[in-house]
Amino acid sequence: MTGPHRVWQVGADVDTDALAPGAYMKLGIEGIAPHCLEALRPDFARAVRPGDVLVAGPNFGIGSSREQAAGALVHLGLAAVIAPSYGGLFFRNAFNLGLLLLTCSEAQALHEGDTVAIDPAGPAVVAPDGRLLACDPVPDFLLAMVRAGGLFRLLQQRLAPNP
Amino acid sequence: MAATLASKLIARACGRAAVTPGEIVTCRVDLAMFHDSSGPRRLQPMLEQLGARLWDPDKVVLVMDHYVPERDDESRRIVRIARDWAREQALPHVYDSQGICHVVVAQHGHVRPGMFCVGGDSHSPTGGAFGAYMFGIGSTEMLGVVVTGEIWLQVPRTRLMHWSGRLAPGVGAKDMMLHMIGRLGMNGGQYQAVEYAGEAVRALAMQERMTLSNMAAELGAQAGLVAPDEVTRAYLRDAGVEVGELSHWQTDPGAAVERMDFDAAALAPQVAAPHSPANAGDVGRFTDRAVDVAYIGACTGAKLDDLRMAATVLRGRRVAAGTRLIVAPASRLDQDRAEREGLMQVLRDAGAQVGATACGACAGYGDTLADARTVISSTARNFRGRMGSTATDVYLASPATVAASAVAGRICDPRDLLRAPEAAA
Repeated sequence: MTGPHRVWQVGADVDTDALAPGAYMKLGIEGIAPHCLEALRPDFARAVRPGDVLVAGPNFGIGSSREQAAGALVHLGLAAVIAPSYGGLFFRNAFNLGLLLLTCSEAQALHEGDTVAIDPAGPAVVAPDGRLLACDPVPDFLLAMVRAGGLFRLLQQRLAPNP
Repeated sequence: MAATLASKLIARACGRAAVTPGEIVTCRVDLAMFHDSSGPRRLQPMLEQLGARLWDPDKVVLVMDHYVPERDDESRRIVRIARDWAREQALPHVYDSQGICHVVVAQHGHVRPGMFCVGGDSHSPTGGAFGAYMFGIGSTEMLGVVVTGEIWLQVPRTRLMHWSGRLAPGVGAKDMMLHMIGRLGMNGGQYQAVEYAGEAVRALAMQERMTLSNMAAELGAQAGLVAPDEVTRAYLRDAGVEVGELSHWQTDPGAAVERMDFDAAALAPQVAAPHSPANAGDVGRFTDRAVDVAYIGACTGAKLDDLRMAATVLRGRRVAAGTRLIVAPASRLDQDRAEREGLMQVLRDAGAQVGATACGACAGYGDTLADARTVISSTARNFRGRMGSTATDVYLASPATVAASAVAGRICDPRDLLRAPEAAA
């Protein structure tokens, strides 16, 4: 169980261009992250704190293959995203960068400013009233990727000379 | 056991006789394509840190298309990294400033029926038009591919988009696609495979099929497949590649698919309103909108077949006062052929400005249209702010509709101009 996590909330169909706007794509992640979601929530990147979670509507992360969309959220310290569904490319990118995505049909039961806990093994989200919101199962190898901190770390371990 | 085209392609790539939707498999990759933005600038430092080498440089294609032509120090730096790295690795397949990756890899015969391919760009499903399984991935996952030659995949279900009948003149693949996205929504593909089939699809030229496969991305599908046939064979022969027997690479009768039916003959030109490709409807709903810029560009809207459609509408006509028409051909080869066919002259005579053969304004990386209030564009996406400014309204349409709108100065049904050829002087 992890937490407590403070909830930030956005609506449906949040696209990768909103998470990592094209105009800043030539910069590194430290230059992109301050503009994450600025078209929807100008205050977000400045006010979000490590350990916070993002609760979104359906189809979070649709659009581009740019993994900076997930990278910006990792850079800002988000502990997880909780949404009913995701863009497929974003889903892969998030786990590759070590960001936990929870697919939760009841995500809309959570609200801005709520405090939640997460059971990644469940997987489930504990709502402020103590109710357990069940999430779709996450394959073990993806949970391992999150624990390792992403695919790059796993490749490092795989390529490391045996002691 | 009857199998879908998607299942057959994946079974071959993971070395199995058959696969079942839902199972997770590891596939050997036949081709890894990436560009200057997703590729070397991200991969090179990570490879160096890992002390790893490319698994097979012959299976890698690098295309410089996002930050060319270079406009500032940052883009110069990004493209220089790509050029230096290509030289260092002695990459055999590099296309620098030759056009947009999805169009260039096809034109050089890199994607062939039966292959399993990944691309460092969301529109990589374009390769599906050749009967290959191809999908987009991010840079870190591409690092995994170029180090191991492998990638995991959850075997998808297949959604069969069956188009009966024939398209009317002035209606094309882009209209079919916007209509499907409007009906299913931007995540309607649920990251499964879609396959386009039926008489109308069989009748499409290769580049039109590529538009369908390309925009599988906007359907939220992982792959967008068309079973290869003699049209595929002829296109690849032109690219210098001979392909063998094709009959295996199709969905068997009786294979489990979720089928949706569409009538091509009844389809009107489509327009998608800001700020989502899913806001699509018949062009007639939008004909009161004045446009500042008409943009014919991108892998979904400025290939040779697209330029032909635009030229058919623009021949003998002029762009309306107060409207700018910008044409950025999707590749140098397409531009050269359009030049030889006299199409570029038709476009210039109509008043078009011709831009570089690159991703250009589509991604908002290159020339942005930030000063325009309303744009009608042949590109694939109209997310808020994508073309430079959050205040810009972008409408998506076919190259024919964009061309007609440039002439009218407002959104216009291309069939109105095609029906009245006598209006052309």
